[in-house]
Amino acid sequence: MLDTVILIVFAMIGLSLLLNVWRLLVGPSVPDRILALDTMYINSIALIILYGMNMGTELYFEAALLIAMLGFVSTVAVCKYLLRGDIIE
Amino acid sequence: MTLLWIPLLSLIGSIISSMTGKLTRNQSTSLSLLMPFIALCITISFAPAVFSGEEVRETISWIPLLGINIAFRLDGLALLFVFMIITIGILVIFYARYYLSSKDSMPKLYSYLMLFMTAMLGIVMSNNVIQLWFFWELTSISSFLLISYWWYKSEARKGAIMALTITGGGGLALLAGLLIISNIVGSYSLDVILASRELIQSHNLYEVALILVLLGAFTKSAQFPFHFWLPHAMAAPTPVSAYLHSATMVKAGIFLLARFYPALAGTDIWFIIVSLTGMTTLLFGAYVALFKHDLKGLLAYSTISHLGLITLLFGLNTELATVAAIFHIINHATFKASLFMATGIIDHETGTRDMRKINGMWRYMPYTATLAMVAAASMAGVPLLNGFLSKEMFFAETLHQQLLGSMSWIIPVLATIAGAFSVAYSARFIHDVFFNGDPIDLPKEPSEPPRYMRVPIEILVALCLLVGIFPNFIVDDILTSASFAVLGGYVPEFKVSLWHGFNLPLLMSAFAVTGGLFMYTQRRHLFTFQASLPPLNAKKAFDNSIYVMIKWCQRKIGAIENGSLQRYLMLMFLIVLLGAGWPLFEMHELVGTKELTPVSMHSAVGAALLMIGAISTVIWYRTRMVSLLMISVVGLMVSVAFTRFSAPDLALTQLTVEVVTIVLLMLALFFLPQRSPKESSSMRIIRDISISAGLGIVVGSICYALITRPFESISNFFIANAKTGGGGTNVVNVILVDFRGFDTLGEICVLGIAALGISKLLINLPLFMPGSDSEGRPWARERYPILLASISQSLLPLALLVSVYIFLRGHNLPGGGFIAGLITAIAFILQYIAHGSNWISERLTINYRKIIASGLAIALLTGVGSWFFGRPFMTTWFDYFDIPFIGNIELASALVFDLGVYITVVGATLMILAHLGELTANAPKEEVNI
Repeated sequence: MLDTVILIVFAMIGLSLLLNVWRLLVGPSVPDRILALDTMYINSIALIILYGMNMGTELYFEAALLIAMLGFVSTVAVCKYLLRGDIIE
Repeated sequence: MTLLWIPLLSLIGSIISSMTGKLTRNQSTSLSLLMPFIALCITISFAPAVFSGEEVRETISWIPLLGINIAFRLDGLALLFVFMIITIGILVIFYARYYLSSKDSMPKLYSYLMLFMTAMLGIVMSNNVIQLWFFWELTSISSFLLISYWWYKSEARKGAIMALTITGGGGLALLAGLLIISNIVGSYSLDVILASRELIQSHNLYEVALILVLLGAFTKSAQFPFHFWLPHAMAAPTPVSAYLHSATMVKAGIFLLARFYPALAGTDIWFIIVSLTGMTTLLFGAYVALFKHDLKGLLAYSTISHLGLITLLFGLNTELATVAAIFHIINHATFKASLFMATGIIDHETGTRDMRKINGMWRYMPYTATLAMVAAASMAGVPLLNGFLSKEMFFAETLHQQLLGSMSWIIPVLATIAGAFSVAYSARFIHDVFFNGDPIDLPKEPSEPPRYMRVPIEILVALCLLVGIFPNFIVDDILTSASFAVLGGYVPEFKVSLWHGFNLPLLMSAFAVTGGLFMYTQRRHLFTFQASLPPLNAKKAFDNSIYVMIKWCQRKIGAIENGSLQRYLMLMFLIVLLGAGWPLFEMHELVGTKELTPVSMHSAVGAALLMIGAISTVIWYRTRMVSLLMISVVGLMVSVAFTRFSAPDLALTQLTVEVVTIVLLMLALFFLPQRSPKESSSMRIIRDISISAGLGIVVGSICYALITRPFESISNFFIANAKTGGGGTNVVNVILVDFRGFDTLGEICVLGIAALGISKLLINLPLFMPGSDSEGRPWARERYPILLASISQSLLPLALLVSVYIFLRGHNLPGGGFIAGLITAIAFILQYIAHGSNWISERLTINYRKIIASGLAIALLTGVGSWFFGRPFMTTWFDYFDIPFIGNIELASALVFDLGVYITVVGATLMILAHLGELTANAPKEEVNI
């Protein structure tokens, strides 16, 4: 049962990642693209956790943790750049 | 062990001297004299053994696989040189105390002198030819430093460069020669080489090796036509000249002739090359010396001439000639060192070295004059002085050779003429300087120098006299044992004595003296004749050839290295393409025998995303910002792929590196143009696409071929031994901190150096800061968004906690110091972004340099720690402990090492990013008002 669910969710997350990339490619504005990348980070968290569940291991948890905790720092840096140009003032 | 101490003490002395800057001159001198003095005592303690025919050896195995050992030997020849080097070195150091003015740095001169002494001692005591060559090069370098001691003088710099170029070039030739010889005999050991005379001389390459070795010797010993560096080296302070050009530097070449005499000499080619070079140099030097108005210039050419004499003696085919050569080495060292020192006093007291101005010094400094005149008389070969004895032997030996067949009689004639010239320039030295009327507008009023400045000269002149009057008493032992070493265990019957009766050599001496004096009285004619000759400017020729060479090299380099990154990448990739692609054509089957795993749907999606990211990065490369976002997709997907293929450590590292990279690029992007102009022509795009596609095809094929084949790698060893040998279950981490800990140490050193380098490069870097974004919109006015500020602050403790967790579990589960360090650094960088550098510096004073240094120190000391337990560097230790409330845990020294890694990574990352960020804090910003 769980295996089937996991497979379905894999497909859904894969689709959403593809859609993220679509948004990233077409834009049109830079904030659109930044948001698309940020969402990709979040979807990757789901992908990694899901993969861990599929494999029945906890080894990959920290990778997801790091994306969750630090992934937004790059988004912050890019946004700060858009706002002020200079990210460390 | 004691033999090793002789050069080692002088090296230690060099370090000690360099640190005496705060002491008074007397203290500095006494401290500097201490080490050579001890070394001299050690040498003397070996003397009885060496005189009785023993050869003292000491070998420390260094790289036994390559036959490279640290090997020293002390035979008669080495003892003689060691003795001269240290004794004259001590006298020179003492003399320099009074010579240097208060503006000159004494520790600098002393430490260079002692470094030079070390190098010379190393040459004469080496028992391994590679080691000998190493010290040989060290003399070139330290003499460069000594000659350029007054670095602010142009002629000192030029003289130093010239000496380094000539002797360094000779050093290369010597290396080639030594390698050929070692190859012939199959050993680097001097013992073996000296014992393989027949083997070497019957080999095809004997001539080549001989010429290469002789090139080394002749350049060092300033033999014609390589002599011209020596007069220019006179730009050095006089104590340096006294040391380099009497007993040491130039004698190194002579030493080489003597050292390899048993192995290389005895053939016709040796005698012809060595004797003709010596003869030419002897005559040329003696002739030119007469016309030099500069006191040191006269001595320089006289040195060249005497070196020629010694070389000629080595080239005469008799054993007694070799004895005479060794004897003259001693004599020349004593009288020439004292003459240089006396010149230094005259220069010191009169402020000039021009013999046309310095006259009549007898009245001002009778005592110094007496000493200098005795030394000069010895140089001329006047009886009762040591110079007479060896010159007499030299004359005698020229009569006994048969070098030129029936024309051999010409050699004694030429020798007598050279002797006459040497009498003439010695007479000029004495008469012009000390008599010959009154001084002509001297810069200073001369007087006797400080009492102790004369002491070294007194000692040397006393030696000249003692050797000259009681030769057997003073030098018999050392001369016999040195000749024993050079002639390979055989000493001819010889008797050095003052009076041999009325014979041909005495007649030659008499001719030389009268001829020389006559020549001096008639010098006006000679000077007119000399002035009518076309000027021969070796310096100009040298400068020109160097200039032409540099221009040529610059053109060649410019043709390859034109500063275009695209060009370099293209060349590198082309080479990789050819190198890696070629073997693929020779491989019949790309797909190996391994079963292929099925492609899951999510893997396919991941691969598609990866490719889309990579391709769109290239497509949008001219819009930097978008391109950067696209390459982030690649980074993210690579991290996910690492997770998918069971490499969690790599995934964690990649994720953190990704964030740091983005921050770094955003920092840099601010200073770069937002858009790149379209530059590439269509042809160029086709070329670049072909190269990159070719490279992709080749690398992809290699990877595919590799992963489809059964492949035994070293990883099984690591997996099997990680727990038992390193005490951790995380193989990746155990490799990093234990199995390959030394690599990691090197890597964090590089990281630290890179961080320091970047921060230095960024100092005062003027940068253009755009006042608006790429669309021309002004920047937002809110510097620190409140939302970001509060979130980042609350994230900091959380992130630090995670980094501690990742750090501690690293030995057994994915994590470790490197990843933890990056997490900490990112958490801090976020604070910089959210609050600005000022906010941080108000709350936290961090010196990143110290952090890096302490991290490196911790890692290094952990490695050193294992020495205290008698283990090799970086042996790790671990054990298991029961601790109340915590339970059974493992403690490993690798954890401390990992802590060092952690601290270095934090320090280096923050140093780079924070310094880049602070660039804008100090620079004026172009504000756009709305």
